[in-house]
Amino acid sequence: MTPAEWQFIGFTAEMALASTLTILPPGLALAWLLARRQWRGKALVETFVSLPLVLPPVVTGLVLLKLLGRRGPVGHWLHEQFGLDIAFTWRGVVLALAAMSLPLLVRAARTAFEEVNPAFEQMARTLGAGEWRVFWTVTLPLARRGVLAGALLALARALGEFGATIMVAGNIPGQTTTLAVAIYSSVQQGEDAHAWTLAGVSAALAFAAVWTSERLVKRRPS
Amino acid sequence: MKSTLHACFTKRFAAGPVIRVDDLRLDRSGVTVLFGASGSGKTTVLRCLAGLDRPDEGTIRFGEEIWSDVARRVFLPPARRQVGFVPQDYALFPHLTVARNIAYGLSGIPAAECASRLAETIRWLGLQGLEQRLPGQLSGGQQQRVALARAVAPRPRLLLMDEPLAALDAPTRLRLRGDLRQLLRTLNLPTILVTHDRTEAMALGDAVVVMVDGAIAQQGRVPEVFSQPTNLAVADIVGMETVRPGRVLGVTDGLATVALGTAQVTALADNLPSGTEDVYACIRAEDVVLARDETIHSSSRNRLPAVVRSIRRDGPLARVELDCGFPLSALLTPQACEELALREGSRVLALIKAPQIHLIARAAGTWD
Repeated sequence: MTPAEWQFIGFTAEMALASTLTILPPGLALAWLLARRQWRGKALVETFVSLPLVLPPVVTGLVLLKLLGRRGPVGHWLHEQFGLDIAFTWRGVVLALAAMSLPLLVRAARTAFEEVNPAFEQMARTLGAGEWRVFWTVTLPLARRGVLAGALLALARALGEFGATIMVAGNIPGQTTTLAVAIYSSVQQGEDAHAWTLAGVSAALAFAAVWTSERLVKRRPS
Repeated sequence: MKSTLHACFTKRFAAGPVIRVDDLRLDRSGVTVLFGASGSGKTTVLRCLAGLDRPDEGTIRFGEEIWSDVARRVFLPPARRQVGFVPQDYALFPHLTVARNIAYGLSGIPAAECASRLAETIRWLGLQGLEQRLPGQLSGGQQQRVALARAVAPRPRLLLMDEPLAALDAPTRLRLRGDLRQLLRTLNLPTILVTHDRTEAMALGDAVVVMVDGAIAQQGRVPEVFSQPTNLAVADIVGMETVRPGRVLGVTDGLATVALGTAQVTALADNLPSGTEDVYACIRAEDVVLARDETIHSSSRNRLPAVVRSIRRDGPLARVELDCGFPLSALLTPQACEELALREGSRVLALIKAPQIHLIARAAGTWD
């Protein structure tokens, strides 16, 4: 493989990892709220979080671009206040990947939290544990397989994301070009061999992530 | 008198049942058994006391503290009640070792003290050697002791146990009943223990609160409640085998003469409102003595000629159904049956002491 190909692979892996780590805290918090609390507007939030699963990814990308672009409300403010640019930078890549993979994490983690018998959490409360301690010592450890499986699925999704990424971050080789985007532009330029190499790497990464995730979900502790 | 725990509350369920606790008091250390059939609301009461369920009305006080007061919107979360709770299935944390399960409630105290308390609790409950096991690797009896250890290690102010022996198989249950009694004695903590088992209630309880259909039907010392139920529902649940409607013919010197079917019996009238005519007479099968010989010497006031209707095995004993002018159950050893040569149709004498016929006032004309 050429150094350029290695760069695409390394960059994509970094971005996907960063995105997965970024969505873990808010994703787990949201999953817990959906699994364990009743609140107004819950159904609405549920729907919104899952929307990127079914929307054309370019639509999600378009919405993010319009929000985060230098003329968008959020992007403009970030640029003015902190001199931060999101669109067409690696940050844009991370955000696009995060938005696209969040639903997978939240749905898996929510199911995992719901499967934890509330009796264990209640027991912990009678033993003096506050909600924070109950979550860290009881809920999360008992839901760890489902949560990990969800995180791996989110990672796999991020590794292969195309539509939202190209909208928000474009195709700047060495700066924002991910594997999927590189495959697309290789084919556009008639470099099929190059495209096939990258496609193979992509498939191997996706296979490893999904396979591990499935193993985690199926092998329930007795 | 000041009580440790004082609860008066109502809990409603969407599906219909209503649990009403009217003036539940606990004022000494010792074991109070919450006794009733399944579905009578015992577990709900326990969960409200632990703070795991919120009452819909009323108050729960513990000493000077208000744990729950719906009208004043006061609710002390379970984490701050310092209550030890042992649920029916024990709910041991499956991902933590025995030692870490027991130490779970010991966070926030210095490490050295935590270690010594853990060791003390493990020793006291005889769990040495099991410290590093996971709950899934323990027998039912061991799990029960770990659950008890975990509940008492933080030195709670009140211990709540929900059917502590129900999850065990019958032989283990019998073996552990005695152990549990011993442990609870040593603990000397105010304890509320839920059970639907009469023998367990009598074996483990100092006081008993009988629940029928979501409400407290009677509370008092175990021997009092079990020998003197104040209403038919309690008599039924505490296991008075013979409950028959009768009529008081007269009362002299605290002894009532009661017509039961075609027979007449003498019973204590001391807790019967004066002037009561219609009663239920309650007799425990184990309090009925059978004799063959008219001339036998006995202090029993009641000597009723009876005919044996049926004899069947009941565990290690034989249950003899008699007709002595009213249907009467007696519980005998098989050896006693042999000695008396009891057969269906045998004529015997049923002897019952007056204090063992318990009278409950009934509304005139009620008997179904």
